Amino acid sequence: MNPANYLYLSALLFTIGAAGVLIRRNAIVVFMCVELMLNACNLAFVTFSRLHGNLDGQVIAFFTMVVAAAEVVVGLAIIVSIFRSRHSASVDDANLMKL
Amino acid sequence: MNLSAAAHPGFLSPTGVEITFVLIGLATLGAALLTVTTRQLVHAALWLVVALGGLAVEYLLLTAEFIAWVQVLIYVGSVVVLLLFGLMLTKAPIGRSPDADSENRLVALGVALAAAAALVWVVVDAFRTTWVDLHGVAQGSSHATGESLFRHWVLPFEALSVLLLAALVGAIVLSRRDAGSPGGATTGAGSPADSATGKEQS
Repeated sequence: MNPANYLYLSALLFTIGAAGVLIRRNAIVVFMCVELMLNACNLAFVTFSRLHGNLDGQVIAFFTMVVAAAEVVVGLAIIVSIFRSRHSASVDDANLMKL
Repeated sequence: MNLSAAAHPGFLSPTGVEITFVLIGLATLGAALLTVTTRQLVHAALWLVVALGGLAVEYLLLTAEFIAWVQVLIYVGSVVVLLLFGLMLTKAPIGRSPDADSENRLVALGVALAAAAALVWVVVDAFRTTWVDLHGVAQGSSHATGESLFRHWVLPFEALSVLLLAALVGAIVLSRRDAGSPGGATTGAGSPADSATGKEQS
């Protein structure tokens, strides 16, 4: 079994997520693209875990998922509070450091 | 996969694993592309479910059983639901939104293509001739993963629980309204999902 195929998939998913972060304008869709990138990294971690025959990569992927869940909760709270003061969820409108 | 399949009769033959990988991988890539390119924001979240579910199947193919189920539980189950809540809280347009993309699309596309070329080249260069040794391969069942987690990774695990608590408190603090702010009543809003009720009350 060649691990490179899984790594190609991971690299392409990461690129798609990066393109989405650069292109999209809605902050929540940008969030979805960040999740896509995190998942691509997780796939690479699990592939390396399989490659080296130990479970450390899988444990790190698990940690990444937990951190991603915490990040989504805090990030959505920030986006909702920005939406309350600006009435817009577009990343182009959030261009000031002060609300 | 032959030898491990001899020890643990798996669900799929080696060729079946390869075929499933290609099919699910193509579906995942297509769903990810649609997530990034669709102009309907709710559809983007739903395509993200397809992409994340496809990744869960890929984890299963890599014998990472525990990670696959955690992926289904955390990502498909809760993260996407939170994102949908966020879309509704910020009054995202349901239909096609014409201004979903920013103007610098060509620059972004160039950067993405360069990143893809660099990553794929690195993978080709490093792992072209690498093959996974399937003797005594580590199976990521929940038993094995839990044993590894609580034998070698106890301190990071506990630190993560503190991080989760901090994120919970942070979300509560962020989504609360100030008592003295004009036009905002104090609502004990919790997570972003809970602040929906707070938003409707005011």
